Amino acid sequence: MPALLEATSLHAGYGETRVLHGIDFAVEQGGVTALLGANGAGKTTTLRAICGMVRTSGQIVLGGERIDGKPTEDIVQRGVAHVPDGRGTFVELTVEENLRLGAYIRKDRAGVSRDFERMFGYFPRLRERYRQQAGTLSGGEQQMLAIARALLLGPKLLLLDEPSFGLAPLIVQEIFDIMHRIREDEGVSILLVEQNASLALEIAEHAYLLETGRIVVSGPAAEIGRDESIRRSYLGY
Amino acid sequence: MGKATLWGVAAWLAATIVPTLLLSDYHLFQLTMVIVYAIAILGLAILTGFNGQISLGHGAFYAIGAYTTAILMYQYNVPYWATLPVSAIVCAIIGFLIGLPALRLGGLYLALTTFALAVAVPQLLKHNALEPWTGGVQGLVIDKPDPPFGLAMSPDQWLYIFALAAGAVLFLLAWNIVRGRIGRAMMAIRDHSLAAEAMGINIALLKTRTFALSALYTGIAGSLGAIVVQFVAPDSFGIFVSIYFFVGLVVGGVASIGGAIIGGAFIEFVPNIAEKVSKAAPGAVYGVILIAVMFLMPGGVAGFIGSMFARFRRGTKSAELRPIAVGGSGANDVPAGVPGGAEPDAGGHRSM
Amino acid sequence: MEGVLHQVLSGIASGGIYASVALALVMIYQATHHVNFAQGEMATLSTYIALTLINAGLPYWIAFLVTVVVSFILGILIERILMRPMMDAPVLASVGVFIGLLLIINSSTGWMFDYMIKTFPTPFPGGPLLFSGYLSGHELGAFVVTLVVLTAVYLFFRHTKLGLAMRAAAFNPVSSRLVGVRVGWMLALGWGLAAAIGAVGGMMVAPIVYLDPNMMAGILLYAFAGALLGGIDNPLGAVLGGFAVGIIENLAGAYLVGTELKLTVALIIIVAVLVVKPSGLFGRTVLSRV
Repeated sequence: MPALLEATSLHAGYGETRVLHGIDFAVEQGGVTALLGANGAGKTTTLRAICGMVRTSGQIVLGGERIDGKPTEDIVQRGVAHVPDGRGTFVELTVEENLRLGAYIRKDRAGVSRDFERMFGYFPRLRERYRQQAGTLSGGEQQMLAIARALLLGPKLLLLDEPSFGLAPLIVQEIFDIMHRIREDEGVSILLVEQNASLALEIAEHAYLLETGRIVVSGPAAEIGRDESIRRSYLGY
Repeated sequence: MGKATLWGVAAWLAATIVPTLLLSDYHLFQLTMVIVYAIAILGLAILTGFNGQISLGHGAFYAIGAYTTAILMYQYNVPYWATLPVSAIVCAIIGFLIGLPALRLGGLYLALTTFALAVAVPQLLKHNALEPWTGGVQGLVIDKPDPPFGLAMSPDQWLYIFALAAGAVLFLLAWNIVRGRIGRAMMAIRDHSLAAEAMGINIALLKTRTFALSALYTGIAGSLGAIVVQFVAPDSFGIFVSIYFFVGLVVGGVASIGGAIIGGAFIEFVPNIAEKVSKAAPGAVYGVILIAVMFLMPGGVAGFIGSMFARFRRGTKSAELRPIAVGGSGANDVPAGVPGGAEPDAGGHRSM
Repeated sequence: MEGVLHQVLSGIASGGIYASVALALVMIYQATHHVNFAQGEMATLSTYIALTLINAGLPYWIAFLVTVVVSFILGILIERILMRPMMDAPVLASVGVFIGLLLIINSSTGWMFDYMIKTFPTPFPGGPLLFSGYLSGHELGAFVVTLVVLTAVYLFFRHTKLGLAMRAAAFNPVSSRLVGVRVGWMLALGWGLAAAIGAVGGMMVAPIVYLDPNMMAGILLYAFAGALLGGIDNPLGAVLGGFAVGIIENLAGAYLVGTELKLTVALIIIVAVLVVKPSGLFGRTVLSRV
């Protein structure tokens, strides 16, 4: 079975600053692929490159179709949902409106309301906060909202940028528990960016390790997690 | 006396003598108006170009200057030359007072407030309570001053010489201010207000003072304009005067002393030419040119010429000369604090 | 006392017009952080279009609708052609473009329709007739029309998917793109809507102040005052601010400064708001945790 997403010699950067220096990676159909690396390695930029939010060169193929160079909105239309760093909450809008925006491109009303219910199954707290202004939610709740918003798109590929960032360990555990369920139930492929490598390797099948814009290690997550030298030199735990 | 000073004096003498001898009274009148507008625009340039505060209401100060002179001459028989210092002081004080609230306002809010001021000015000038001084809707007609010392020249010739002398003094003064310590502080506030504050510049005081100085310049221009035109009336000081000054400023180049002269010539002559087409044409021409300048050469004519030279010197990439991102689709939001491009190391790819 | 009531009622009537224009300003400000200095001239142009249609024999309400639609399209065109490249431009450049637009529209209306002051018809029965003569038929009618427009706009933004997307695009363009909202088009639609709302304001005010190329200069000032009073980033606040300015203007005109200084009242409101409470009475304070 061919990979869902395949990037070949992908370069990306901001203005004059180049961040990615020609990386190759793939996201397999179903399951979780982890993208690891230190601060500034280019993880977030990789996700932005997939979504057409930064200037890129090289090739990105999604389900057999090239998406590099397309506007973000078109890439989203093809089933890529992105939970950006900082969560991208519409802080001025209510939780309900945030969720409705998640389903913005969908036309199937019945399906959307079914998906709303499923999201409340994963994140009961969103139902409690339904009419509240999203900016008043706690960090963990905003992260849940962001994941639910992205899933409501009905995506083929979910890009998750550091879901653990700035959250208390208990909340992180809660979110990763839910992500295990989502992985089983939703049939969506996930590309997960994480600083917390042990968490990420636990949930992922496959992992890539980025360093200053290049991929230095790739392989099955379990093996990378077991490799002492990689852990010491790159993952720091 | 340095070489530059000598050249300056020579240029000033030439500018005084040659047109006076060669041009008709009417053309001299036009040239005088160029000087008047140039001084008004210079006031605006000091504020907007060098200090970054946008005013769409400098017509108000022009009006105050004009009315100060007209009232003093008409009601109190003050000689025309003696009204200039008075209106300079009046406008500086009013400018300072308006500058006080303006301090708290970011660029856009100041533009909005001054715009409102300019719209409200004619109504204020028409008001009954002021009518004994201002002459109400009718305005005031003042006499054209005769040349002094029994000089054998026409009043228009004398007024040209007088305005040119006043203009020379004001331009020289502005040049020195902008080149000096105060000018550097003004520009520091414009470019990096936080850094300026850290350097110990009293931003509030300097911004209000700049506003006062700017109002003083435009006010003196108003006084000269009233003397030259011999007439003031509320409806000649509507919002469009302010807008035309703004156009002149942008065309000449916002942060350019010399550009003020280009701007002054522009708003004096372009309407004359365009009005031959239709009454509406000057506004349309101004509008089109304004937008074109914003799109094509944000530095104005003077800045454009400057940037041409800079381009020859430095090659094609001159980022700071292109402050306007034309055609930015906004699709690529560039977040701040992006990790710097670290040296690519030779680390090989280890596949498992 | 009856006089006060009269002034308040007719203040509410004109306030509705200020509220519409203020809303148009705020919509564009929210989405782009630019103040459209040409908003007034755009409304004037729309009013001339309406007059032309009426003079050509179209029934008033047909002309009204056609004008609203044409203004909407004009607004979109202006955004696409002129404003799109100015998106990230410094304040001075955007102000320059708006002023340029103001000049172009002002002189084109002058050129096409000459500078003579014209009367503009009202579709409402003439003469003072309601509230025992407190409001003229046109004042009441204009009030109802603006109220209908404002309510429709409110319902559109609150309860439709497109309205939600437009709000989202204004608040957070990056996240909006990530859910598939075409942000560029949302801004253009916002311009179109603003132009259409302004057009209604122009058609409603023209029978009162008469039509000439500079008709909206004063109205724009009141709208600025209303928008700032209510909070320039708060549409509902701006609408309330518009009504408040209408009432203040009428009361001050009748009892304090006289009708000749009404514009100065607007100026004083603007300065006072900016000095005392720059965020306006209902300025948004967004709660946000990181």
